[in-house]
Amino acid sequence: MLELRLYMAQRITALIMAPLVIGHIAVMIYAVQGGLSAGEILGRTQGSMSWALFYGSFVVAVSIHGAIGVRTVLSEWAGLRGGVLNGVCLALCALLLVMGGRAVLAVTMI
Amino acid sequence: MPDEQRSGATRDRTDNANGTLAVYVWRGDGTGGREQRFDVPRQESQTVLDIVTWIQQQADASLTYRFACRVGMCGSCAMMVNDEPRWTCRTHVERVARNGELHIAPLRNLPVIKDLVTDMDPFFDKWVKAEAIHHPSAGRDDEFAAVTPDDPERIEASAGIECINCAICYAACDTVAGNPDYLGPAALQRAWTLYNDSRDDGGDAILDAVSRSGGCHSCHSMGSCSHYCPNDLDPMGAIAGLKRATAKRFFGGGRG
Amino acid sequence: MNGGTNVGMSRQSGRAPARIRGHALWYAHILHRLSGVGLALFLPLHFWVLSLALTDVAALDGFLAFTELPMVKLAEFGLVFLLAVHLFGGLRLMALEWLPWPAPHKTLAAGTLAVSAFLSGIFFLQAI
Repeated sequence: MLELRLYMAQRITALIMAPLVIGHIAVMIYAVQGGLSAGEILGRTQGSMSWALFYGSFVVAVSIHGAIGVRTVLSEWAGLRGGVLNGVCLALCALLLVMGGRAVLAVTMI
Repeated sequence: MPDEQRSGATRDRTDNANGTLAVYVWRGDGTGGREQRFDVPRQESQTVLDIVTWIQQQADASLTYRFACRVGMCGSCAMMVNDEPRWTCRTHVERVARNGELHIAPLRNLPVIKDLVTDMDPFFDKWVKAEAIHHPSAGRDDEFAAVTPDDPERIEASAGIECINCAICYAACDTVAGNPDYLGPAALQRAWTLYNDSRDDGGDAILDAVSRSGGCHSCHSMGSCSHYCPNDLDPMGAIAGLKRATAKRFFGGGRG
Repeated sequence: MNGGTNVGMSRQSGRAPARIRGHALWYAHILHRLSGVGLALFLPLHFWVLSLALTDVAALDGFLAFTELPMVKLAEFGLVFLLAVHLFGGLRLMALEWLPWPAPHKTLAAGTLAVSAFLSGIFFLQAI
């Protein structure tokens, strides 16, 4: 039942991310006005538990969702199968979790 | 979907100076092949099947192809025509020819036996793998099943029962092409019609079969199946129904 | 009597021709797939740049200044468009799969393109 579980995981993370993406686009539209600077971004996000939770859950969801999506593309377009396919995608999931987690820490930690 | 919408409403009336059509037919077998050109005389209201028949009868008797009813009921004459899977007996040349050219090839996604004839075994094997076979729920001593035509589940089932297994949807689907395990639109649509058939007792078995590798969850809803079905069926919708049913069961609701 | 002439290796000669002609929902599928791949490739870079806040804030500021370039604004617009298209295309798929009503598929696909263009257009105008 791997296919069923991957399908459900991808659909559920998609639904979780829908409001997060809308929020992110709204923030980007707001933040990009008048140029971007580290001080401006960090002034908003540093020490904020809400931003940490918002982007933290975003990172977890996208790591799962993206890895499953890439798995499909690698399987259908590049012909990868079995252990190699699953290995590559677990690695991608781990990479996104680690790098994303670091990014969230970087902008929210005091 | 009607002819006009499928290939555009413009009719191609270009042909060579001597009233012929340049027809490129794929010749070969499972090991490989190439296109062979024939110059076929054009006629009024000519179908692609007319073209293929002319070639076999007048130009090259070694050309192998399938047909049967030649009136759009059996699906045997399904082939790729200018990169679209079609019933050749119901495809008028002037609607599909491009610049006076036709490219005819065997149906995509199936092993080739020879020339325009494919091996349909994988298509039917997947039918069985999808549990798209009737599971009896009553015996000869039971009452007749009362099936009301306007019951919503019956309407859902009836939407797919006109499938004649021509494999055009199977040839049209890119997911079938990219995923050898994928059961394909026809098999899954049949499974959905049985799932909604009140006389069929195999609901759980069907959901299990379509939840495995290559089941309904592999479908990406690109809709080529529904786009090209000559009977105007909607396998994409049927597969969405299976996804709904399996999701419901996953979350604890649905059929027991 | 018309014989045939061998045309040689046209299309793929190892197997029967394998192309299929595109149509509206197929293009929607391709766009959804390519936007997903594009975003998946972009994310590690995005995360790395943000992590500079931890290790090298000056480098982060330098990078953000670099994003003032017109080409970069255009690229950002492209990314926002890909994200929006992937989100709204995905919502259309979820509606198709999990909601019971029969949907006007092509109209919804066109709608997702329109909303995505609108949102990323707003972003672009704010960005320049």
